[in-house]
Amino acid sequence: MFKKLKPLQDWIEHRTGAGKLAQEALYENIPGGSRWRYVWGSTLTFTLAVQFITGIVLWMGYAPSATSAWESVYYMQERVSGGWFLRGLHHWTAQVMTVLLVLHLMQVVIDGAYKAPREVNFWFGVILLQLVLALSLTGYLLPWDQKGYWATKVATDILGSTPLVGPYLKELVLGGADYGHHTLTRFFALHAGVLPGLVIALTAGHIYLFRRHGITPKKPLKKPDEYFWPEQVLKDAVACLAVLATVLFFVVRHHGADLGAPADPSSNYPARPDWYFLFLFQFLKYFPGHWEVLGAIVIPGIVMGLIFLMPILGQWKLGHRFNLGLLCAVLIGAGSLTAIALREDASNATYQSGVSHAANDAAVVKDLARSRGGIPPEGALSLLQGPKLFAQHCASCHAFDGHNGLLAKLTAPQSAPDLKGFASREYLADLLEPARFRSSKFFGNTKHANGKMAKFLDKHAADFAGESKADLAKVIEAISAEAKLRSQQQVDVRDAARIQEGRKLFETLGCTDCHSLGKWDPDDATAPDLTGYGSRDWMLSLLHDPSHARFYGEKNDRMPAFGKDEKLSGQQLGRIVDWLRGD
Amino acid sequence: MTDPSPAPAPTDRREFVKCASCAIGGAIGLLPMAAGVYVAIDPIRQGGGPSSVGDGFLRLAMLEDLPVGGAPVKFSIVSDKADKWSRYSQVPIGAVYLQQTKPGEVVAFNTVCPHLGCFVDYRASQKDFFCPCHNSNFNLSGALLSGVSPRGMDTLEVAVRNGREVWVKFQTFKANQAEKIPANS
Ligand code: FES
Repeated sequence: MFKKLKPLQDWIEHRTGAGKLAQEALYENIPGGSRWRYVWGSTLTFTLAVQFITGIVLWMGYAPSATSAWESVYYMQERVSGGWFLRGLHHWTAQVMTVLLVLHLMQVVIDGAYKAPREVNFWFGVILLQLVLALSLTGYLLPWDQKGYWATKVATDILGSTPLVGPYLKELVLGGADYGHHTLTRFFALHAGVLPGLVIALTAGHIYLFRRHGITPKKPLKKPDEYFWPEQVLKDAVACLAVLATVLFFVVRHHGADLGAPADPSSNYPARPDWYFLFLFQFLKYFPGHWEVLGAIVIPGIVMGLIFLMPILGQWKLGHRFNLGLLCAVLIGAGSLTAIALREDASNATYQSGVSHAANDAAVVKDLARSRGGIPPEGALSLLQGPKLFAQHCASCHAFDGHNGLLAKLTAPQSAPDLKGFASREYLADLLEPARFRSSKFFGNTKHANGKMAKFLDKHAADFAGESKADLAKVIEAISAEAKLRSQQQVDVRDAARIQEGRKLFETLGCTDCHSLGKWDPDDATAPDLTGYGSRDWMLSLLHDPSHARFYGEKNDRMPAFGKDEKLSGQQLGRIVDWLRGD
Repeated sequence: MTDPSPAPAPTDRREFVKCASCAIGGAIGLLPMAAGVYVAIDPIRQGGGPSSVGDGFLRLAMLEDLPVGGAPVKFSIVSDKADKWSRYSQVPIGAVYLQQTKPGEVVAFNTVCPHLGCFVDYRASQKDFFCPCHNSNFNLSGALLSGVSPRGMDTLEVAVRNGREVWVKFQTFKANQAEKIPANS
């Protein structure tokens, strides 16, 4: 069929010997025939390839710095079409890889495949295992979210507690004394450069040595010998397919990979490593104070040393038994520690609430990044400051869309207006319904519930619902336009004429009996001045001192003077106002 | 190819095993590849450029800032800008030359060379525009005098509002084409 290509094939073969190489690879003899237990090495090679492909494309969208790492990952996950899928593949393949590594190690130890002359290859494998773990550890930090940030802080602090060299190592890894831009550039260089380079080199050596010594057949041989191709290849392919299916299951179930709230050094996020390091985390709990070195470095070091010595010990029959025992002990130990860690966290209320708060923060910040048309150059964390300050200082009376600004329930019953959409047309239309004005969403739980405004609305209820309905709408548009809200930029321009009319109707409908619009006269002020109502300046002035004659004067009901009494700085007030206004 | 298997299985089964291996191997290799390529070519799918606010005109100068019939004056374009995940307010995004040819009549040129995008200088000594990259020069009306540029300098829409405010619609155009085509089309 491909006869015409024969000369080309010969040409290539003559120059590269590629065909012979493929031939050798495919017709490797397998004593006793193909078996399922030999598939682990191939599945690992496959996952490695997946990581390289997905990793390089993720690299194209990643910006390592403290103010752009989370942001670029957010963009990949939420805005690039298919980005979530790619990220999910990379994340979950890494998780599955950890499991496969353990299975591969188990198979090698159980089958005694580490024995002479395969010691060197075993050592290559153990180093590869550690390199992959290092890849997981460095990769965990890169999204720069709360989870990765706090977990890595613990990991690097452990590194820093290594005797003698610890502090220097830590500073080298962090790129300075503290976490920052260079921590990310360094972790990224390790994750995408140094470590993968080493992995390629060692994998090549690993496979070369494997080929040199051949497979270690599981005795007794049950079948006649077979070549690698095609029986074993099929088994390997099916195993890889199963691996991929597992990965896809998680990718789809989690819609990619989780991205928590951006790293916040001021928050009390409960640090936990990824699940495969949980056993070490749990182990550390048993080593208080300066014993920690023992649990963090000495004991794991000894275990690793023993694993390294397995080929030597395995030369004796008893040694092989010891190796099997050691492997069992390590796996059972790690498994139990992981289970204990998970159990403790499941019943740890502080941990649970920390996690759920962080999930809320993540949802809030992603929503803000979307609705604000992007993230300011200071980074996503700055988007969270408004709602965080609101939750802390305002949500004891006010609500935001029924919650505290960070999607959590209010701790006290709401006693002041819900400020979601403050000063927008919808907000005002809702507020000016008499029944709504008196509801707990607005002034129901304040002394304004029976004030002049409430009575005014009652008196004109029929009129506003009937004859003057259209006029009221124009007044609402006029007042709302004072706020110059970003979300209303277009409609404010479109309705310029109606807004002009509304400003005149403001007087006709009787609003000027108490309020002012356009110019404020301290002498006949009895209700808040609506000049610039809802604008940044207006809100800042109100927050500065709501009891000022321009606002509620003596009628102010419990609202603190945040600026005047120096409860919050001008910058903090600005953050709250910007967030409420959607700027 | 001759089959060198030491344990010849029935050919049917062997053929099936071979085909299945290739099919599964191909599929599992293709999926991550396809996902990678699909994401890598996202910029092409997204297309277009940043959209501007309002009618796209920006107020750059007052008529009195521009000498009538005099030398062109350079103005930076400062505007809000979106770039992937970032939103910047008021950052430089380009520059224009403004020239008041007759009282109340203003022409605007994008400073970007239509050849391959270098920054075009105004040479007071020669009273021309000069691109130092591949030596294209243009007269004060933007027409090509000599050099390799495929077209004259790119003019921009100008509006004089409220009697003296000079507003310019800032745009960029595709490089190295005889036609002036907006860059984000
Ligand atoms: S870029 Fe101006 S002449 Fe080539």
